Amino acid sequence: MTDTLLEIDRLSVDYETARGDLKALRDISFDIRKGEIVGIVGESGCGKSTLISSILRLTAPNTRFRQGEVRFKGQDLLQLPERKMRDLRGADISIVFQDPMQTHNPVLSIGQQMLDIQHRSKASKAEKRARAAQMLGAVGIPDPEARLDQFPHEFSGGMRQRIAIAMALMSEPDLLIADEPTTALDATLEVQIIERLQELQQEFNCAILFISHHLGVIAELCDRVVVMYAGAVVESGEVREIFHDPKHPYTRRLIDCDPGHIKERARVLPTIPGEVPDLANLPGGCIFRDRCDLATARCVEVPPLAKLKEGHHAACWLNHKEAAE
Amino acid sequence: MLLFATRRFGLALLILIVAVTAMFLMIRAVPGDPVQIMLGPRATPELQARLTAELALDQPIWKQLLIFYGNLMQGDLGIDVFSGRSVTEIVFQQLPHTLWLILSSITWSAALGIALGAYAAAHPNTLIDRVTAAISVSFVAAPAFVVALLSLLIFAVNLQWFPAIGAGEGFWGRLNHLVLPAFAIGLSWVGYIARLVRASMLEVMGESHIRTARAFGINERRVVMVYALRIAILPVVTVIGVGMGFLLSSAVFAEIVFARPGLGKLVIDSITTRNYPIVMGSVLISTGLFVVSTALADLINAWLDPRARTAI
Repeated sequence: MTDTLLEIDRLSVDYETARGDLKALRDISFDIRKGEIVGIVGESGCGKSTLISSILRLTAPNTRFRQGEVRFKGQDLLQLPERKMRDLRGADISIVFQDPMQTHNPVLSIGQQMLDIQHRSKASKAEKRARAAQMLGAVGIPDPEARLDQFPHEFSGGMRQRIAIAMALMSEPDLLIADEPTTALDATLEVQIIERLQELQQEFNCAILFISHHLGVIAELCDRVVVMYAGAVVESGEVREIFHDPKHPYTRRLIDCDPGHIKERARVLPTIPGEVPDLANLPGGCIFRDRCDLATARCVEVPPLAKLKEGHHAACWLNHKEAAE
Repeated sequence: MLLFATRRFGLALLILIVAVTAMFLMIRAVPGDPVQIMLGPRATPELQARLTAELALDQPIWKQLLIFYGNLMQGDLGIDVFSGRSVTEIVFQQLPHTLWLILSSITWSAALGIALGAYAAAHPNTLIDRVTAAISVSFVAAPAFVVALLSLLIFAVNLQWFPAIGAGEGFWGRLNHLVLPAFAIGLSWVGYIARLVRASMLEVMGESHIRTARAFGINERRVVMVYALRIAILPVVTVIGVGMGFLLSSAVFAEIVFARPGLGKLVIDSITTRNYPIVMGSVLISTGLFVVSTALADLINAWLDPRARTAI
């Protein structure tokens, strides 16, 4: 347990709405070890964004933490006073957000923003500026010294995302959260960003929590994967295990639907029929039951996230003959 | 930035030329012989003919316009019919009074309005937000002339805290005389600006770059005051720039109610005595003031927002 960096332990988060409590996250558990890259995959609305905003505690005012802990280096972040939490943000835990076009302040120069985020450093302004230029160079922005004086709208989307990565890594954090950092970019840029992230991860040796709905990217980059569906973890484990031997029907369908995985020319792209259940009005039993073609009578009970073998967990009754418990 | 400024003031000059030409033509279109009005019904035909020639009224309209612009270039706005003094001199004597009034009104109301709006946006749906909203709306609803009369009655007549009429002598005297009129004109702007800043601020606070700033642990005061306010303030600057026109017209009320010298009072006095050269001169200066203030507002916006610099 000594090398565990972040532990999410039975975390449940609700949003209070006029329609009743929206159960955005239910009983989420997984951990990230030092220097490891963990991917979270799932469709839109599965709770990925709620999860990362819960880790950073940058949640909307109607958010309620119902149970569980988010332990970072053994300390429960949900119990920390706001001041202590702010000391962690951008220092020990950094984040790269999804949309590079909106992520920087449009009226302040990149240099100003990169200086501002070094607010904890005692270095002189010139030293901070040099550090900012050095980081821009590290993510492959040509002529970084001069470009510090430019504004976000003078950079392309790919450059802006690389700047966001530079900003996030500047403090040499222990944990970098990357929230779909490549979704808004085109495919060639995506490869560039992923390669850059891999290099930087080697260099800075930080752990990365990488959120994406792109399975190819996850398989390429991550050590372990957590598959989320409708606010719950349905399967987690080593990347090879998950992709070669998925144990939850949802994971299996997700892999089948990945365009990179389809080998034959098809008239209709495969989809998962049905819709994600209403989180304000959850049906009982397994949450994937309504969309699962393998559902049995047993699925009216909620299946536990059971350990199948070392480094592979899944929440499905189908595995229970082979489950190790 | 320099290029933007040059272009923006070029545009301002163009607007000014169009506005002044339109004004010139409109005044000429007013029925009645200006010479007869100026000299009265008992003037001799010789006198009338002489004045007509002096004012170049016997020339075709395009030539009159050219002469008018020629004089304007030399700073000559014509001669006051009654005193024979230069209109330029009269107008520029009154201009500082109005300018000070407008500037002090907008300064205090913008300062208070921005503070109230930013505070309300930082604490949405709290009691303070609701109270600010109620005060703002009632301020907006109060017309400047009503506030002027009431404040005159309460603070000058009943309480006798401030002088009632005139412009005062010396720096402190002038400042003291400025308080009530500036209060009357600025009050509705406080409410207006507060509402505008609140709405604009709430929108900006919801944008992703604010979340980024917070995710880097930048302290909340800096996030609000620098990262959000600098963007939220942009529409306010534009509104104030355009609002100079409204301020000029509310200044007319304030100058009459408080019997202050100024452009507004000058225009009203000249209209009642049909002193057209002065009316024309004052309107021209007001137009200039308006055009310059909107250009300045654009310039301030361009300074605050680098994205605006590429416009025009």
